[in-house]
Amino acid sequence: MRQRELPAWVGVVPFAAYTLVFLGVPVVAVVLGAFVDPATGGVTMANVGIATSGVYLRGFGSSIGLSLVTALVPGVLGLVLALAVRASPSLRLKRAVATASGVFANFGGVPLAFLFVATLGSTGLVVELVKAVGVDLYGAGFSLYSFWGVAIVYGYFQIPLMVLVITPALDGLRPHWREAADNLGATPVQYWRHVGLPVLAPAVLGCMLLLFGSAFSAYATTSALTSGSLALTPIQIGSFLNGNVLSGQENVGRALGVGMIVVVAVLMALYALLQRRVSRWLR
Amino acid sequence: MAAVITAPPRAPEKRSRRRGGAAWARRLVFVIAGLYFLVPLYAAFRFAISTPDGGISGAVFAGIPAQEGFLDAITLTVRLAVISLVITLVLVVPTAVWVHLRMPRLRRVLEGVTLLPIVVPPVVLIIGVLEVAPPALKGTPDLLALVYVVLALPFAYRALDSGLQAIPLRTLVEASRSLGAGWGRTLVSVVLPNLRSALLAAVVLTVAMVFGEYTMASLDQYETFPVWIVVFQQANARVSVAVSLLALLGTWALLWLISLVDRRRPSPEDA
Amino acid sequence: MTTTDTGREYGTRTDPASGTRTGVAVALRDLNRRFGEVRALDGFSLDLAPGELVTLLGPSGCGKTTALRALAGLEDVDSGTVVVGGRDLRGVPVRQRDMGMVFQSYSLFPNLTARDNVAFGLRVRGQDKAARRRRADELLELVELAGRGDRYPHQLSGGQQQRVALARALAPEPQVLLLDEPLSALDAKVRVALREQIRAVQTRLGTTTLFVTHDQEEALSISDRVGVMRDGRLEQIASPAELYARPATAFVAEFVGTMNHLPGTTTADGVEVLGRRLPATTDRPAGAEVDVLLRPEALVVTPDPRGSGVVVATTFLGAVTRVHVRLGETQRSGARPGQGETQRSGARPGQGETQRSGARPGQGETTVLVDRPSSAVADLAPGAGVTVEPAPDAQPLVA
Repeated sequence: MRQRELPAWVGVVPFAAYTLVFLGVPVVAVVLGAFVDPATGGVTMANVGIATSGVYLRGFGSSIGLSLVTALVPGVLGLVLALAVRASPSLRLKRAVATASGVFANFGGVPLAFLFVATLGSTGLVVELVKAVGVDLYGAGFSLYSFWGVAIVYGYFQIPLMVLVITPALDGLRPHWREAADNLGATPVQYWRHVGLPVLAPAVLGCMLLLFGSAFSAYATTSALTSGSLALTPIQIGSFLNGNVLSGQENVGRALGVGMIVVVAVLMALYALLQRRVSRWLR
Repeated sequence: MAAVITAPPRAPEKRSRRRGGAAWARRLVFVIAGLYFLVPLYAAFRFAISTPDGGISGAVFAGIPAQEGFLDAITLTVRLAVISLVITLVLVVPTAVWVHLRMPRLRRVLEGVTLLPIVVPPVVLIIGVLEVAPPALKGTPDLLALVYVVLALPFAYRALDSGLQAIPLRTLVEASRSLGAGWGRTLVSVVLPNLRSALLAAVVLTVAMVFGEYTMASLDQYETFPVWIVVFQQANARVSVAVSLLALLGTWALLWLISLVDRRRPSPEDA
Repeated sequence: MTTTDTGREYGTRTDPASGTRTGVAVALRDLNRRFGEVRALDGFSLDLAPGELVTLLGPSGCGKTTALRALAGLEDVDSGTVVVGGRDLRGVPVRQRDMGMVFQSYSLFPNLTARDNVAFGLRVRGQDKAARRRRADELLELVELAGRGDRYPHQLSGGQQQRVALARALAPEPQVLLLDEPLSALDAKVRVALREQIRAVQTRLGTTTLFVTHDQEEALSISDRVGVMRDGRLEQIASPAELYARPATAFVAEFVGTMNHLPGTTTADGVEVLGRRLPATTDRPAGAEVDVLLRPEALVVTPDPRGSGVVVATTFLGAVTRVHVRLGETQRSGARPGQGETQRSGARPGQGETQRSGARPGQGETTVLVDRPSSAVADLAPGAGVTVEPAPDAQPLVA
């Protein structure tokens, strides 16, 4: 009757094997390819050199910039929205926002581009409306296809994503803390400054990192919206896959891919350091 | 001794006024958010129903199923969703339960592993996959489903992990085992029913991911639903927008329904 | 300019001569509060003398916490007035009410050290860092946590956390201290030690204090006066001794301690119960059949093989042992356990204190509970025949 217990690590083998095959091996292939000279098959740094200069360097610049902006601003706005929803007494509203966040956070690509072309494109609804009251957005330099235009579009899935991921963390804020602070004479601003926000900080940071990753790897929306006018790294990588490749540069796409991995990895390391600081009280 | 001042039978006014201020701030947040999220939907809707001659017609919605390639795209996407979902659940559920029971210290490691797909952007992952995949797999869209599993892992694992945190897993399993049930039976009839919400969340997130994934599918050159919308847009932009709107609202309605069903489940005391 | 400033005229502060403080008077008048159909407060009135510690005791849902939160301003009332130190607090927001509050548990700010938690009230009042640090350390010493100031809440035990919470509430020198079941999440031993500490600190500072609990032993042991609440009203408010010895109503009698219900007959100057005449006040005419309430310690049990009672069980309670006796036809009666026991089915084991460990009489059974020194129960094993009668000095309550 006595059953021999399997060693504990056996249970994670299928999971680990799958991850290794479908994530580990492809990534290694990309990394190795980044250092291969397609002509000779020998090892070279040329791909990395090209990937970190000129138009590709600018691509990294805009990608990182756009991702930072659309992690921080929608992160803050999503936090405010989530707090407002939490404070609301309406259960129906809470349910509506929770489900809507799930849907909108996964919304992207051409459909999303369409929504905003119809709204903020050069003949979009809002552009026409404000023109009717005498403000010419495009005349004033605004363009949906610019950095800031794309940032506004990204907010459409980034804000719901923030609401989705930060809401569970908000449940960790105990009502007693607010009441105790009130009781001790703190104004709402003082409560948020000394207690509410510091308590939320670790979670907010983690969520913003997720938002950065989501924006950094966003491909479909930008590709549909700008058709290449705004140089972003994922678009550039995609163009290598679509076969628009100069001879001898076949592996630059792989080098760009390695660059993206490095950027996110560095950011995660920074995050881990920062996390240690803001969550000192947790340990 | 304190003098008692008689008061009219009304609650403190200043306090309610202060609350009123917070309520107004809240309302303002909702109005702004509502405008940001609903105005583009309305603009797209207006675009979809306007006819080339300047009139308005809802016929565009009725004609969707008959559009060329639509049904093929839906069929393909459903197939990919089912395959990814089955593999994801088979992979994630036993692993998460196992780790909780036998190797709690591995939880942090696993959490880190499930973060990896976020570190590796899909556009990078697909390059590597296309490079190393054997030709037999490369020729079929099912390869996409296999890779989608990797993208779904973080969401599915996290949902289950928090679900497992919330139940007394060890006690449940020990009770079941001591009553003579085997591991399989314990998992199916004791653990899973207690993870209903978490499983539901994992399913919804995985399916939503497959129905929205564009990057990999387009680079692997298969016409899944999101890819079809883009391709078809060149032929008929209004239909494309109409489909997008329907898909968005349809998913929303579905999630709403699921959240209602989920809320109605009996509480542990009733069970 | 602010209401807080005007409060200081009435509010009592450190007496420069003696260095001690005297509290302020608190008056709650005719408070009403409804939650849907439930009347949490139903014409509730309560006065606290300066420096007094008053406890509100009652089953869950009786409105005691609502009363405390109404005083704090955390709960709106539909009508009624709250007057503290002569100042009507109507319309005064929570943060300007100048009250210290200790919650049931987990109310410490998790991101601040014990010292910063204690100093929080001073920080929001703009006190400089050195001064508030000094004051915080002083208070941590008062609650015997000197040297633990740098710990974060999760590094402290439950009892320590509640002591920090007490220090935090006291740091801004509040006019009134509010304690909302501060001990109910703690172990039995810590609970006893901490309640004595709370009482000692409160006596020393002289802060007027309102304490809310559902634990009668806690209430009786540290209060100047105890108010028993039921359905949003005050049933009785009196000193602990008075409350125990002379409960004004049957509800109070049963909620505080254990009561035996015995059938009796009124006489000219009292009542006859279990064959003994006892002095008692009643408005019933002589010869009326009445329900007589007697505490277990007011009964005497004697071994008697021919007695009409039979020992059913004994419960060891430390110094005394409670003897459960089933009475025969001639000594019909019934004991009911304290209300506190039946209403608190969710209570943790070990919380039951001596007066509450009553029997669980089934329907129609006639069991009385009698307390006897544990050194004298050797001949009272289950099955032994006994006689039960009231002690000569028993003070019966006639319902």
